[in-house]
Amino acid sequence: MPERGRPTPTDHVGNGPTLAEIDILYRTQSRRVLATLIRLLGNFELAEEALHDAFIAAVQQWPRDGLPSNPRAWLVSAGRFKAIDGLRRRARFDASLSLLADQLDSHEEPEWEREDLEDDRLRLIFTCCHPALPADAQVALTLREVCDLKTEEIARAFLVSPSTIAQRIVRAKQKIRDAGIPYRVPTREELPARLDNVLRVIYLVFNEGYSASSGSKLTRADLSAEAIRLGRLLLELLPDPELMGLLALMLLHDSRRAAHTDEAGELVRLDEQDRSRWNQAQIVEGAALVERALASRRFGPYTVQAAIVAVHAEAASSAETDWAEIVGLYDLLLRISPSPVIELNRAVALAMRDGATVGLAAIDRLLDRGELRDYHLLHAARADFCRQLGRLDEAREAYRTALALAQLEPEKRFLQQRLNELNTGPREA
Amino acid sequence: MKYLCLVYYDEQRVDSMTDEQWAALVEQCITNSERLKQSGQFIAGEPLQSVRTAKTVRVRDGAVSVVDGPFAETREQLAGFYLIEAQDLDEALHLTAKIPPAQLGSIEVRPLRQLPDR
Repeated sequence: MPERGRPTPTDHVGNGPTLAEIDILYRTQSRRVLATLIRLLGNFELAEEALHDAFIAAVQQWPRDGLPSNPRAWLVSAGRFKAIDGLRRRARFDASLSLLADQLDSHEEPEWEREDLEDDRLRLIFTCCHPALPADAQVALTLREVCDLKTEEIARAFLVSPSTIAQRIVRAKQKIRDAGIPYRVPTREELPARLDNVLRVIYLVFNEGYSASSGSKLTRADLSAEAIRLGRLLLELLPDPELMGLLALMLLHDSRRAAHTDEAGELVRLDEQDRSRWNQAQIVEGAALVERALASRRFGPYTVQAAIVAVHAEAASSAETDWAEIVGLYDLLLRISPSPVIELNRAVALAMRDGATVGLAAIDRLLDRGELRDYHLLHAARADFCRQLGRLDEAREAYRTALALAQLEPEKRFLQQRLNELNTGPREA
Repeated sequence: MKYLCLVYYDEQRVDSMTDEQWAALVEQCITNSERLKQSGQFIAGEPLQSVRTAKTVRVRDGAVSVVDGPFAETREQLAGFYLIEAQDLDEALHLTAKIPPAQLGSIEVRPLRQLPDR
């Protein structure tokens, strides 16, 4: 199905807004209008068509007649009218559409004016992230419907073909219709579990943008920016501590983006990053959000992770980092959500606090339990500790294992370089 | 919308219940069905005899074959069904979670498909 893009400009000139101004309105308002139209029309495809038709009408009428006093309400009203009109015309070929048109028309018109239209965007997010949809479809649908990314853009970001993404989105919409997935904010009892899923989708989008799961390019800034935008939007609509924690976590990670890779696109380790290139505005905003979330005492794992990144972000150098504080936060995180990856991160912090011997012992305990044997970062950390302790053969072996398991090209080059350094003789660590 | 809730559980596990446990389960099911009827969300629902009584019918090239089974190769067997009316999937799942055998087996929830009008 072809995608409905922005309306094509026509040549009208008058007292009303210019086409450039309407284009800005499109960019800022179209998702809100769409969210309301989906609720009013009960159907994604119909709403998208209606949105497109409403903007065509705006481009034709506003430059001539002037900007309506409430453009968003005008667009919703025009879209709804166009959809009902379209159904009536098509009803000549399909009688069932006539009934649908009558049902939609009988809705009391001012209903959508009374309600808070912002709620519609919240509804849309919860529908797109409904757990009954497959995980990859939740991500694609959220980026398409809430963030207004084009199918091609989503496909590029996830390194799959546009037809795959288009199919995921079409199937998800079918499932929403056929299974009766609701278009509403979950009830109070459902909210915590459902919000967890929304947060998971947002963080997935962010991570896909920050450290791509495969391929040659390490960061795809656009996706991360979308995830942060989504986090801000959601926090505006729903002041939840864990949401604050997630937004903080994304801002704090993103603050290092410029220093995270060098000019050649190579990975730069945290302890070797140029901290003057960290984005201080994002660090300040992120740290303030962490504090607010922690103060609520209803925080979860995202907030604790954000607190850890905040400790790093506020340290002038790796050596001046409060490693004891970080180990303590990892202990807290392990109590909230136990996972071997968190144990590994704790082992690295432990090594910074108590030395490589202690870190190595913690990693070997993980390996003894059969955990993370195929995780390249475990072997990379183990190699670093062995190198620091002068156990060079073991270090080489561990770097080779890490290299064989790594997926991303920059990570592979980074590990290869470490291995080469060991082979050409030890350098100061 | 209409949803069919298919109740599955391990018959052996239910067979090994004491009479009191069984009576309590039946009592819970009756209470739940009555609540569904009162709220107008119950369309139909029946428990089934054991899978040991089941026959399977197939017609191939006009020939009818009837065999015993399906036999209990699977861990859980179909034990009953509810046809319910719910506003949307979330409500259907909420109602399904209250069907008592959900605590010992599993319940498949399927939205009904509408056949085109003739």
